[in-house]
Amino acid sequence: MNTELMNEELQDFIQKYDLYGCIQCGRCTGGCPVTVRTNLNVRRFVNDSLNKDMLDDLAKLPEIWDCTACNTCAVRCPKGLKPLEVLMGLRSILVVEQGTVQSTVRDALESVFLEGNPWSKSRAMRSDWMEGLDVKIAEPGEKVENLIFVCCTIAYDPRVQMQAKNLVKLLNKAGVDYGFIGEGEACCSSEVHHLGEDDLLEEMVESNTELLNEYDAARIVTISPHCLSAFKNQYPDLKAGVIHYTQLIAELLKEEKLTISKEFPQKIVYHDPCFLGKQNGVYDEPRAILGQIPGAEIVEFDRRRERSLCCEGGGGKMWVESDSKKERLAETRAKDAGELGASILAVACPFCVLTLDDAVKAKGLEEQMRVAEILEIIGDLVE
Amino acid sequence: MNNKPKIGVYVCHCGVNISKTVDIDAVVEFASRMPNVKVVRDYAYMCSDPGQLLIREDIEKEGLNRVVVASCSPRMHESTFRKTLAAAGLNSYYLEMANIREQCSWVHEDKEEATAKAKKIVYAAVAKARLLEPLYEKEVDVEPATLVIGAGIAGIQAALDIANAGFKVYLVEKTPSVGGRMSQLDKTFPTLDCSACILTPKMVDVANHPNVELLAYSQVEDITGYVGNFDVKVRKKARYVDVNKCTGCGVCSEECRLKNRIPSEFNMEMGKRAAIYLPFPQAVPAKYTIDPERCLFLTRGKCGKSPKCVDACSAGAINFEQEDEIAEFKVGTVIVATGFDVFDAARKPEYGYSDYPNVVTGLEFERLVSASGPTGGAVVLGEGEDAVVPKDIAFIKCVGSRDASVGNEYCSRVCCMYTAKLAHLVMEKVPGANVRIYYMDVRAFGKGFEEFYDRVRREGIRYIRGNPSEIFKRGEKLVVKVEDTLTATPLEDEVDMVVLAVGLEPRKDAREIIDILRLSQSGDRFYLEAHPKLAPVDTATDGVFLAGCAQGPKDIPDTVAQAKGAASSALVLLASGKVKIQAQISVVDQSTCRGCGYCVEICPYGAIDLVTVNRMGNLAQAAEVNEALCKGCGACAAACFSGSIQQKSFMDRQILPQIAVLGVM
Repeated sequence: MNTELMNEELQDFIQKYDLYGCIQCGRCTGGCPVTVRTNLNVRRFVNDSLNKDMLDDLAKLPEIWDCTACNTCAVRCPKGLKPLEVLMGLRSILVVEQGTVQSTVRDALESVFLEGNPWSKSRAMRSDWMEGLDVKIAEPGEKVENLIFVCCTIAYDPRVQMQAKNLVKLLNKAGVDYGFIGEGEACCSSEVHHLGEDDLLEEMVESNTELLNEYDAARIVTISPHCLSAFKNQYPDLKAGVIHYTQLIAELLKEEKLTISKEFPQKIVYHDPCFLGKQNGVYDEPRAILGQIPGAEIVEFDRRRERSLCCEGGGGKMWVESDSKKERLAETRAKDAGELGASILAVACPFCVLTLDDAVKAKGLEEQMRVAEILEIIGDLVE
Repeated sequence: MNNKPKIGVYVCHCGVNISKTVDIDAVVEFASRMPNVKVVRDYAYMCSDPGQLLIREDIEKEGLNRVVVASCSPRMHESTFRKTLAAAGLNSYYLEMANIREQCSWVHEDKEEATAKAKKIVYAAVAKARLLEPLYEKEVDVEPATLVIGAGIAGIQAALDIANAGFKVYLVEKTPSVGGRMSQLDKTFPTLDCSACILTPKMVDVANHPNVELLAYSQVEDITGYVGNFDVKVRKKARYVDVNKCTGCGVCSEECRLKNRIPSEFNMEMGKRAAIYLPFPQAVPAKYTIDPERCLFLTRGKCGKSPKCVDACSAGAINFEQEDEIAEFKVGTVIVATGFDVFDAARKPEYGYSDYPNVVTGLEFERLVSASGPTGGAVVLGEGEDAVVPKDIAFIKCVGSRDASVGNEYCSRVCCMYTAKLAHLVMEKVPGANVRIYYMDVRAFGKGFEEFYDRVRREGIRYIRGNPSEIFKRGEKLVVKVEDTLTATPLEDEVDMVVLAVGLEPRKDAREIIDILRLSQSGDRFYLEAHPKLAPVDTATDGVFLAGCAQGPKDIPDTVAQAKGAASSALVLLASGKVKIQAQISVVDQSTCRGCGYCVEICPYGAIDLVTVNRMGNLAQAAEVNEALCKGCGACAAACFSGSIQQKSFMDRQILPQIAVLGVM
């Protein structure tokens, strides 16, 4: 590659991420949750991206893969930059241009391309979780109030499938107009973007937009906050608006179309998922739902809402392990929940369930508490 | 005078600003062939003395009766050349400016095309110049009084200067006392003068000045009229205390059932006051006020068997029957000195201001270190037996400033220095304190500022370059999550207390004055000055001036300087006693006006009214322009459906031929 072209590419990169706008104040790295356990310094990446030497040597900087895409850096930036996206841009240079990919990542990306999910599962099995349930599937072109988008992880992982099943129960009880997509649903590609495969992301955005726009949907309701964030930030041409299921359930409770009536005498602490809270400002609805559970005592983390601590489940971290031997953030979170005396660590995100489940075990806290997604909690409490 | 047009055309090079892109010789040659043009000249700087002399001599010797100056925007030098014409004995409205700089040479690169455009602009100006008519500026008397809105240090200083010059001042203050933000400060940077010691004498002076009428606990409700002749309406809120009887002894406040129950505004809600109160010990006027929203008697109609303040007041000053009063008066000029609000730290939730009592703002800390504050000047956390002295204290700069995420892109200009000052006070008051200041830049630009910054660092205060991102709790300690950017080290700094150097914002109710005085706001939402460099205290409304932080963040020296500037600008009008009003105003042909009222609606200056006219025996509605209010913007003339409104110097019969010649070129 000649130097001239490289310089042009570098200039494009600088323009795309507005790197000259950075004043190196350090709020991004200061707020970055993983700095306590890895060498990642996103401010330095922003600074060093002005210099093409670093771009040539990206493969020597494994900490690029330590970012969890929690977005704290961008939320805190006083100049409107998105340091996280700079890292994703660097990942993209590594993956798309330099072809440097770890095998786990390659498998996940290939699976999205071939099967529409990153978990190497068959496309045909996407709706298996529906077996035995009275699920309404919407046909393309059909007018539907709430078009439900399930998420690959929820569709295939038995640990979190319960979320989709319970949502069906609740929607049927509330008697609202809804429809699932069924086998045609494919990965929102939030994680494809975070794994640096922006070419694949572009393809998936195109085909998913086409699919979703075929429905005459008033709104799309995602179960995972990661799908919510992807649709909001990566899909400029979606016709329908997008909300998270906690927003829908909170609405149904408010309108008294649903009532949580069974006692649940537990001490619940709610963990704000980054993709729901920091990235989309949904803080109150999950709390409103939990607040309606009879017999439950709700406690709060010190680090909550805008100051919530990331569980490290996003940013492609499901497929990339960090070298760090230091305590995982999810473990810190489990420990904090333990100190609060919580018996339920409630979340509203499938990735949080998986990371925090492991953390509760690692900290030996299984006796005291369990991790539960909000749908998992309320599914059986509604009559 | 023979009014056959004899036009002089003067083409300016503006150094190379115009000549670099426009072929001056070609324009001169072209202009010399235009009808009625008698003289054409070019010059390097037409606005200079020798340039103006050329025009004057030609008027006198060649008998020119119209002048076209082809140079810059009329905003820049129209008034300069009007004076040139007047000096030569020609009506100054026989001038037409051809803007070949801003609208031509500055915005084009191709010399040939720019020259062709310059020719067109000059040709059109000449076409209009032929049709110009003389206009005569009227003068109106100036009411020899000024209204000053806001009695912080800016308002106090402006009021004192004007009063000392011998003119009447109405000083209106919203709160019960004058003094403003400066009265809340402990020491002032960089000299460490005691704020109260230098301010209190001025507060007393202004209240006692024979030329000042102080209207404290009052609000401006309405201002109508125009430069020289503003009619002001002020609401004097009921204090429920007869100020003529109140001696300021304070027994009422001691006896009040709500004593020490209501958060004190003056102490940033850290100390407590009673429902009948003096905002702070040095308050001026030293008269008590009953808080109508808290007083038991006023809110519930009952305060025990009888209100304790009434029983306690030996002067019999308490009067629950008191009502708001409206004061009306006339002034010639207005100075807006309404100050600022501090940034609400709750809008940066990552700093936990709403969650942790030991995260405080700079202004709260100011009250804490002040001898008149809630702790008598001691730096302590908590109360009574739980009170502890914080040892590890972190300051965070730029909270709510230079931050697009909260919509404040500007620098607040005082936080760097007030942080240095507060840190210095901690070192003085807390032996063994470990103080660090987290910063992204240190802006020590004022007189003595850099020296002060040098001094406080050497007192042992650590400056760490990094803007903190988050605060959370670990045990009893606060954890400041931050990166030391000079060593690229992420830190979790454990401290006892955090002081947020909150920035300055426009007053939350800034809109009220905007609506009353038709002011504009700049992008930062502060009030907009008429020109950022050459008219920094003027506004777009003639006779209305700005002082202090209402116009933008400022320290005390700059505030006082601007207040004196505003006072001086007001005095220019008051001292001359006369003001010229706009000559290029709108005129209505009432014989064709349909009285639809559209012009009344769109006039931004409220200068047009509908009046009843007698049209051949029939009474009809027609528009009428108030000559003193009209600013000559032309909006009405452009909007009038029947073409009945025309703007002088921009009459249809003048501008249509100007446009027409462009078509034939």
